[in-house]
This record gives sequence, C-alpha cells and structure tokens, in this order.
Amino acid sequence: MTAVLVPLVVLLPLLGAASALILGRHRRAQMAVSLGVLSAVTVIAAVLLVAVDTTGPAVVYVGGWDAPWGITLVVDRLSAIMLVISAIMLLVVLVYSVGQGIADQHRETPVSIFHPSYLILSAGVFNAFIAGDLFNLYVGFEILLSASYVLLTLGGTGERIRAGVTYIIVSLVSSLFFLSAIALVYGATGTVNIAQLSVRLAELPDSVQLMLHLLLLIAFGIKAAVFPLSFWLPDSYPTAPAPVTAVFAGLLTKVGVYAIIRTETVMFVESDVTVLLMVVGALTMLIGILGALTQADIKRLLSFTLVSHIGYMIFGIALGSQLGYAATIYYVVHHITVQTTLFLTTGLIERFGGATSINRLAGLLKASPLLGVLFFIPALNLGGIPPFSGFLGKTGLFLAGAEGAADAPGTAWLIWVVIGVGALTSLITLYALTRFWNMAFWRGRSELEGYESVLLGSVLEAPEGATVTATRTTPVLMVVATSALVMLTICLTVFAGPMFDLTGRAAENLLDAGVYVSTVFPGGIR
Amino acid sequence: MTASLTLVALMAVLFGAGVSIMLERSLTRVLIGFLLVGNSVNILIYLMSGAPGLAPLLGEGVDADEISDPLPQAFVLTAIVINLGITAFMLALIYRSWWLAQLGAEGDLVDDTADLTEDAEEAADLIRSSAADDQAIQDLIDASDEEPDEDLEEELELEASARDRDDEEGKP
Repeated sequence: MTAVLVPLVVLLPLLGAASALILGRHRRAQMAVSLGVLSAVTVIAAVLLVAVDTTGPAVVYVGGWDAPWGITLVVDRLSAIMLVISAIMLLVVLVYSVGQGIADQHRETPVSIFHPSYLILSAGVFNAFIAGDLFNLYVGFEILLSASYVLLTLGGTGERIRAGVTYIIVSLVSSLFFLSAIALVYGATGTVNIAQLSVRLAELPDSVQLMLHLLLLIAFGIKAAVFPLSFWLPDSYPTAPAPVTAVFAGLLTKVGVYAIIRTETVMFVESDVTVLLMVVGALTMLIGILGALTQADIKRLLSFTLVSHIGYMIFGIALGSQLGYAATIYYVVHHITVQTTLFLTTGLIERFGGATSINRLAGLLKASPLLGVLFFIPALNLGGIPPFSGFLGKTGLFLAGAEGAADAPGTAWLIWVVIGVGALTSLITLYALTRFWNMAFWRGRSELEGYESVLLGSVLEAPEGATVTATRTTPVLMVVATSALVMLTICLTVFAGPMFDLTGRAAENLLDAGVYVSTVFPGGIR
Repeated sequence: MTASLTLVALMAVLFGAGVSIMLERSLTRVLIGFLLVGNSVNILIYLMSGAPGLAPLLGEGVDADEISDPLPQAFVLTAIVINLGITAFMLALIYRSWWLAQLGAEGDLVDDTADLTEDAEEAADLIRSSAADDQAIQDLIDASDEEPDEDLEEELELEASARDRDDEEGKP
C-alpha cells in the first residue's frame, strides 16, 4: 500500500515543475502549484516515515522489472527521515521566497524561472534519497545539480556568473568522478544495484575494493564539501538569493553526506577507511571554522561554519557504531534545520539592515527585537549551547566516540583527538557567531561611524559602503517562515528523546547491511 | 572480460586531452575539455560491457550468452543526454559571461523591455552619424582630388561644417 506513495515523491515535483513552467506568466497559479506539490510531498514523506518505521522498509520495482535488472526505489528509515526533513525545509523556504518574491519583483529574482527550477531541484533531492541503485543515485545528483546551476546563476548578474562558474565546474568534475566510479564498479561486479553490490563488492580483492571505495568517496566528498574538497563552497553559495543559499546550505551538502553513509554501511561493508575518515573529519571541522573566524560578511561566515560542521557528520560515520550513526543522523537533521534557519535569518537581516557585513550593521536589536530572537536561538543552537539540539547532537557524537575509543584501544587516541577538535570547533563557532551578534545587534548605531577593526581592515569588501541606518519593511510571510523554522529547531530539542529513538532504530538498520539486501531481494539473491 | 585495445587507447587520449584543456582559464576551453572527458567516460562505461556480441534482442534462436550487454549502453545513453543538457546550459552561461565582459557592470543594468525602443533609437543614431561621417570623408577626398594645394584649409573647414551638422542634429 505505502509502496504506491514512493514514486510520487519524485513524480509530483517533476509534474509540478512542468506545470509551473507552462504557467510562467501567471505568478499566482505558479505559486499555488509549487506550494501544493511540496505540501503534498511533505505529507507523503510523513506517511512514509510512519509506515516504514512501523512495518519495515518499502520497495518499488519501477516498471515491474525485478531487482537486479530494473530500477529499484528503496525507502528505509534513514531515507524516510531524510525525505521528511528535506520536504519540510523545501516547503518552508518556498513560503519564504514567495514572501520575498511578492515584495520585490526585480531582476535579481525572476520568479517565473525560480519555481520550475526549485521543483526540479526537489525532485533530484528526493530521487537521491530513495535511489536503490547507483546509477539512479547519479541521475538524482544530476537532476539536482542541473537545477542548482540555474538557481545559483539566477538573474545572470556578473557576481553570480563568476560564483556559478566555480560551482558548476567543480560539480561537473565530481559528476565525472562519480560516473567513472559507476563504470568501474559495473565492470568489476556486473551490477549497479546497491543491495547486490553489498554482496558482490565484498568478494573483490581488497585493493580493488579500496580503489572503488575511494573513488566514490571523492565524488561524494566534493558534494558534501569535505576538506580538502570544500574550497568551492564558501565562494559560490553566498552570492545567490537568500532562499536559494538557504536550501543549498541545508540540503545539497547533506545529500553528499547521505551518499557517504550509504557507501559506508551498505556497499563497502568489508573495506575499512575509518582512520582516513577520522582525520578528514577533524580537518574539515578545524579548517572550516578557522576560515569562518576571519569573515566580516555573515553569509560567508555561515558558509564556512557549514563546511566545518560537515566534519561532525564524517566523524560519526567514521565511528561506524550504532550510537555513532544514530547521533550522525540526528546531527544531520539538526544541521539541515539550523543552517537553513540561519541563512533565512540572514536574508531578513539583509533586507532589514541593508547589509550583511558586520562593518556596516549596528543596533539591530533595538530596531527589531524579533529579528534578534530569530538570529539568537539558531546561533546558540549551532554553537552547541545546552539545551538546544546542537548540544544534544554533539553530546551524542562525543558519547559514541568515547564508546568507540573504549572498544578499539588501537585508535583510541585518534578518537579522543577528534573529540577534542570537535569541542574546540564548537567553541570557535560560538565565538564567531557571538562576534557577529555583538557587532550587528548589541552595538549602538552611534558607535558605527568610522569604525574599522584592526583585524578586519583587510577584509573590508565595500569601501564605499556608507553607514546603514535606513530600514525597509519586511514581508510578514518571510518572518512567519523563519519563525516556523526556529520553532522546528526548538521542537528538535523538546522531542529529542523520540527523535533519538527513531534515529537509533534507523542506525540499527544501517549497521546490518543484510536488512537492506533482504528488503530488496526478499527471496535472496539469485 | 575482453576489451578492444583501440577503444582503451581512444579513451586514454580523450581523457588526457580533455583534462589538459579543462585546466585552461577560458570557459569555452573548459567546456570543450568537459565534453572530451565526458565522452571518454562514456567510452569507459561502454568498455565495461565486454566483448561485442549480437544486438541485445532476445528472440528465437538467440542465445543469451551471445548478445552484447545492454546495460552499459543504457547508461551511456543517459549520460549523453545529461551531457547535452549541461552543454546547452554551459553555452548559455559562456554567452552571458562574454556579454557581461563586453559591457562590464552596465551589462547588469540593461533592462530587457525598456531596451527595444532605446536600441532602435541608438541604431538610427548610428546610421545617421555614420552617414554624416561618410559624407565628410567623401568631401575630403573630392576636395583633395581637385585642389591639392589648399587641402589643409579645406579639411579644417569641412570638419568644422561636419561638426556643425552634427550639432544641428543634436548630437555630441
């Protein structure tokens, strides 16, 4: 019964994109279509999550072709959780962008192209989460990437074209890596079905396994922005319109993380790259956050914290224990929500204060206490202050690390080092965000005149930038959408117990690759 | 698994050439490089189907072992379609970045709808002013043919009159 719903999460957005394109001239109809489609997908994803959690994974053999030959769509607990959280994010950000689009219909946000591209992006993200074979995963990636190229260069201004070129070329290279990896995997095993690969890859010689494993990890690592493959992200994300940056920051990197989780748990069960992932995770955290320290622009600052916090997830994946995966999945959900919220709030700050640089913002708390709350809660959350979900996620990861260190005395010191780096990163995140808070919110307007910090003098990006005192009105819909997300981050804290139980059950499924295999091949692999 | 050495060599050459072109700064070259590497990856996928066999259609008297592996062909087909779409987008992007490079920051400010009338006016201006220039040059040539001795004076005079004409038409 629920299996019928699985293809709909991809079909509906694609059909919606087609209708939105046809309705290009009718702005209201277009918005109705996009909002309707994404609401429907959110409901379907929620139903799927409940169904999958109670009755076990849902599998669809597209076109009636059985598993190794046809395209398989699999929704297990992890996929369902990712579907729900990404559907909610996409919906809320759409509401936000509708609010923005109604308010100012200028060249930088051509709404008629925005809606179809946005829906195609959603289709790609959902397709990647439910793909049961490697090639379909590639197609999902390509769908979301193609749409993201359009969204990132929306309006085609010089700045966006420059930022877009970096992003597009890096993505193309990663796609070529992925495609080559698929070709070699197929050559080595004769299949691209993930469940079948789980069995067949384990039979290959260790060296061949390691090569294929690393090739896939490089492809996914570029998408997930893992150090040293993360250089492109802070340059390309900040120039896009606020809603687009929010979705990209929240979701696109997590699709890469999701693919890495699948690679580690189902496909390469035998091949072990724990130490590599630990080191890479720690470096991602530390170097990402050191980059954030020197940024005066809040959008760039947040892009660097985004890179940095991917490291926590890589650390959780590297641990490979039940608690490790449970905490990782919880952290992914938390991070998607918080990072999206912060970028949306940044969009509000940009509208309200007219700038995003701490050198040109002041007195925001006095001007708008609500904006202060909307920034303060997710900022503390990202920094890992108790009792917020960031703190809970990190505690979970550190506990899993301590457990892992007790189980594996050989790599115990490495795990403790990574935990130390994680705690340090958390503190520096908090420092970077409170610095922005102090400057933009607490500092009085009178203090701003002629201000130039010793440290920041070199990174002033706009010398002609005058003191910003004028404030524009902010559309209600944008504030409502952002507030809804802030409420969601608080819900993640309040309902952390049930959430953690759920991610724990998802992690149990992940740990036993046999579950995935027997789901796709109920009668065993022929 | 057997593979054709020609295809392997072709793949290697395409890959090497593609990567080296991709490292250039120019966007057009990056695109060409991407196309070459993309095609070499397609050949790599195709190579994975092993030795070529009969067309992959199962019918009477066709042994399943004798046909080619159809799956890599399906992959290649999909990859080609995706590459086509991306190439089209890249071409648009390259054109746009060329357009911005030509116009500088003004390129951002050009308004699509308001421009049609402006463009028409500009074109008309251009034709008018170039006609005036042509006329002036023609006069110069005629004058120099007739009176070689007085051409400096004539030239100045003609230039002045051409300028006057321009001023009358309300142009700088």
